Amino acid sequence: MFKFKTLFIAAILALSLGTAHAADKFITVASTTSTANSGLFDFLLPKFTDKTGIEVRVVAVGTGKAIKLAQNGDADVLFVHHKPSEEKFVKEGFGVKRSDVMYNDFVMVGPKSDPAGIKGMKKAGEALKKIASSNSPFASRGDNSGTNKKELELWKGAGIDPTGAGNKWYSATGSGMGATLNVASGMNAYSLTDRATWLKFKNKGDLAILVEGDPVLFNQYGIILVNPKKHAHVKTELGQTFIDWVIGKEGQKLINEYQILGNQAFFANAQPGT
Amino acid sequence: MTDISEAFVTALHLLVSFDPNLIEIVGLSLRVSLSAVALAVLIGLPVGAALALFKFPGKNAIVVFVNALMGLPPVVVGLVVYLMLSRAGPLGVFGLLFTPGAMIAAQAILVTPIVAALTRQVVADLWVEYSEQMRSMGAGPVSAIPALLYDARFTLVTAILAGFGRASAEVGAVMIVGGNIDHVTRVMTTAIALEVSKGDLALALGLGIVLITISLGINAATYTVKQRAEAVWT
Repeated sequence: MFKFKTLFIAAILALSLGTAHAADKFITVASTTSTANSGLFDFLLPKFTDKTGIEVRVVAVGTGKAIKLAQNGDADVLFVHHKPSEEKFVKEGFGVKRSDVMYNDFVMVGPKSDPAGIKGMKKAGEALKKIASSNSPFASRGDNSGTNKKELELWKGAGIDPTGAGNKWYSATGSGMGATLNVASGMNAYSLTDRATWLKFKNKGDLAILVEGDPVLFNQYGIILVNPKKHAHVKTELGQTFIDWVIGKEGQKLINEYQILGNQAFFANAQPGT
Repeated sequence: MTDISEAFVTALHLLVSFDPNLIEIVGLSLRVSLSAVALAVLIGLPVGAALALFKFPGKNAIVVFVNALMGLPPVVVGLVVYLMLSRAGPLGVFGLLFTPGAMIAAQAILVTPIVAALTRQVVADLWVEYSEQMRSMGAGPVSAIPALLYDARFTLVTAILAGFGRASAEVGAVMIVGGNIDHVTRVMTTAIALEVSKGDLALALGLGIVLITISLGINAATYTVKQRAEAVWT
């Protein structure tokens, strides 16, 4: 019996020892699924780590949850895409300062057969009206993410409340962009997605981009250092180093260089000196 | 259909090529789940045996409660552990969130009731059989615990394997408290969830096949050892 016990304890000790040896210099970045799933971080972060020795640990969740993580002090840097929420985050004292990083755009995807007839429309709001009036299936994130917030703003602008109980054509999946696109692909539904996730997404099925280029579909990303006054353990110096690099010359150049299948995925637009 | 056949090719390729990323992920999965099971065994075996042997007021309620905890939803356990370990939570100062340690804690909470409940049943059945004999030898419930656990060791292996199955298969808890951070807290199940979200269903299913293969290997190894040991000791 004693041998068994000693073995177990030794095993646990051996197993937990391995946990401690990770890099000392690291920051935690709360970010969105779009930046992670698009492959941008895989391209960008190793170059930053090579240069500075700082490891960047990314927790990729929806913008709503990322902001919540940062508010609780569970991240050092917030890197998301919903400007009003980001400004509120800073105003409430959770963040030090918000800087623009880059943009891309949202696109409306849907089945090639296009039952609502929205292909090529220039106004996203008008397209949504046609989807609603034809009761065509629409898959929404429904997860309070940046994309979901944008989508709800677009519906509001079109004067439609799709979330009502009677609207069987509207499915709120309550999950990430990829999972929502899997749903859309499975039921041949329309959906709103950021372009980078769409380009990288492999299960497109019968879906294609139908509406793009409307200025309201602009998608701005911002970066914020979590306020050490709220959470004393925030790695201010390392976090600021990362932010300065991302909005600086090198980070901005690399963001512009990143391509998915020959398409530029993000457009750097940090303002120098801010 | 193409996804499914592609998945088998992917799985085979991953297994044969010893992909370094995959090895890292499999290694972390095993470390987290085996540690959680070890903790659960340390707590669950004595608790289960005590529940079987001692009589005290409210015992039946506790037995029902422990049995019910076997069905704990992983995502709820993940949420509770997150709230405890978050910097804004009571244990936040330790900075354990988004570490393998946090994942071990969450899975241990999931597995302990399974080990405890199954141990209680096994030991209670043995006690019915042997209690008179043991009492006549002057052994009360306390001194009977090690003997009964030892006697039940081969059955308890199955209970522990059930716990390991639960730990290695769950995704809800480790996703929340681990954060699925590349090279830090990414395990098999969260990697599968990530590939699903990228729409790469073939790679996701391929990883799933790898996970099932590993689980099969562990169970086969345990079964073989158990058979040999039974042959020697009984």
